[in-house]
Amino acid sequence: MTLTTDSPADPPAPPPKGQGYPKRPVQRETGRLHWDQIATVARTDLKQLIQAKDFWGPMVGLGAIFFCVVPTILLFSLTSIAGVDAVEQISQTLEVLPSRAQAKIEAATGGDAATPQGQASYALAVFLFAPVAVVVPLTISTAVGAATIVGERERGTGEFLAHSPAGVREIYLGKLLASLIPGYVTTVVGFGIYSLIVNLIVGPEVGGWFFPTEQWWILMAWVVPPFLALTLSLVLRLSARVKSTAAAQQASGLVSLPLIMVAYSQSTGALFGGSRVTWIIGGLAWLLAILGLRRGMRAVSRARLLGVADEQ
Amino acid sequence: MSATSADAPEQAPAAAQAVVALDRVHRTFGDQTALDGLSFTVPARSITVLLGPNGAGKTTCTRVITGALGPDAGAVRVFGLDPAVDGPEVRRRIGIVSAKPALYDRLSGLDNLRYAAELYGLGRRDVAARRIEESAERFGIGGALDQQVGGYSTGMKTRLALARSVLHEPDLVLYDEPTSGLDPESSYAVLELIREMTDEGGTVVMCTHLLLEAEGLADQVVMLQDGRSLVQGPPDELVRRYWPEQTVLISAEDPEVLRRLTGESGVHDVRLDGAGPATVVVDDLARIPDLVLALARTGARVTRVEAERHSLEDLYFAVRRSSGDNRIGEVEH
Repeated sequence: MTLTTDSPADPPAPPPKGQGYPKRPVQRETGRLHWDQIATVARTDLKQLIQAKDFWGPMVGLGAIFFCVVPTILLFSLTSIAGVDAVEQISQTLEVLPSRAQAKIEAATGGDAATPQGQASYALAVFLFAPVAVVVPLTISTAVGAATIVGERERGTGEFLAHSPAGVREIYLGKLLASLIPGYVTTVVGFGIYSLIVNLIVGPEVGGWFFPTEQWWILMAWVVPPFLALTLSLVLRLSARVKSTAAAQQASGLVSLPLIMVAYSQSTGALFGGSRVTWIIGGLAWLLAILGLRRGMRAVSRARLLGVADEQ
Repeated sequence: MSATSADAPEQAPAAAQAVVALDRVHRTFGDQTALDGLSFTVPARSITVLLGPNGAGKTTCTRVITGALGPDAGAVRVFGLDPAVDGPEVRRRIGIVSAKPALYDRLSGLDNLRYAAELYGLGRRDVAARRIEESAERFGIGGALDQQVGGYSTGMKTRLALARSVLHEPDLVLYDEPTSGLDPESSYAVLELIREMTDEGGTVVMCTHLLLEAEGLADQVVMLQDGRSLVQGPPDELVRRYWPEQTVLISAEDPEVLRRLTGESGVHDVRLDGAGPATVVVDDLARIPDLVLALARTGARVTRVEAERHSLEDLYFAVRRSSGDNRIGEVEH
């Protein structure tokens, strides 16, 4: 008996052995962005993060140490219980600061009438802890972002997203937002508490509430967010490409460490310089962040969400 | 990359009306060939079962249908659209349950369904809430929606995934081994629910390697091996095509009396094999009572009458054995 199957009689011949099909490019998705989908992905990722107490507990601890515990101990020691010698030594180190910064300290603390404690604590409050505002959000957001796409793949939920009508650019941006928000919110809240501590402890030494200064406002609202976005654009690209969350954490550490150093130096320079310098640094960071995001959006594909990323 | 319309083979008229039409689709992963010239169509309001061993290409097939993966060559049409071009439109009309339930363990069942409702365009208000409630109740998971999915049993997860797949009232649902890991009772319940859905006019494509699941459920089976279709069609028709003869096994105390059936109307052949039952080839199994009556008239004492029916399992193994060397086309029997 003969059975003829329904398959085509002459399917195309496969390519010669060893040659394979031409490499296929990643399917690009274009058109306008769907912000409702971005918000949905971000909101759901944040919900999951809130459920993960074992993750955000240490992160809140990190923010508390940098923004509350260390500044309180240092500033309180300086203004209340430090010996005269220690204060003198710190005052001397202020002389290495740029002249613009020294002038700011003098002006803010009452010029010649200023006490050494007032000058030293003002300098520490305004200039020493500047990088903290960069290190904390970058650390938290990097930790969240590194696991975000590869985590979907590992848990198998990438399959759901890959088959859903959500665009890959929307998925990428939603996940980026969900990584950025915890770091930035922790920083803003921590910075608010830090401002309160600084004003309560150092304020009486310099004639009242003085913090945040204008430079700090610009730094927090204009400089830190783009540095955060730039770092995350790279971290999410890595997360889309690597095979495991552990690998993503390792790789993102390598990427974010130099960026943290750059952000550290830039934010410090912005504080030492004038407002104009800070605006320019922030502007450049925004440009780089936008470029990073545009490239990052191309790194995510449905094949990568499925874990079969054999595309270019 | 999907084949461009210029490269794609022309669609047959029947394929143009089908919900899904794959035409000589190839897909490789590195050196591995997942789909090797696969063609089939899925008619509307039917259950098509993709049957094959692990690695046959079933999952890749579902991924190509949703447009999550593009083919290397060949054409894919779903609702007459190319998923590589009209992906969002195609995916919005498809519901899917993948081999793993793909649920967010840290979220509650309700949040999982809400997430899907929003991504599939149902929004966050009354419509979504109503559909979520209906779907959850339908799949018997309504009482557990507030629990975190991480605490669900395998059966509950599958039910939640099924509820999620029909939330947006899709025109086509794809199930990739939906009963994987379920106990027999839960499997039966899931299959009943799938059957109900098609009764209501839905179109289903289900992947499985479990022949018993496909038996009785499939309107059409596509047997896959190494990314190729060995054979496809309605199970009964395939059995008839493979075994065109209708046979009855008859035993009698004196086997020789069975030779008298040779001249009976509708009997094509009578094969006697020693003391075993005779194989009687007839044009229709409805002739069995006539045959028994004819034997009784001659005084024969019949001890056994059994219509030989071939199951999908028989067909599956026969086709796979016959295909040899993974070749498709002419299968000798």
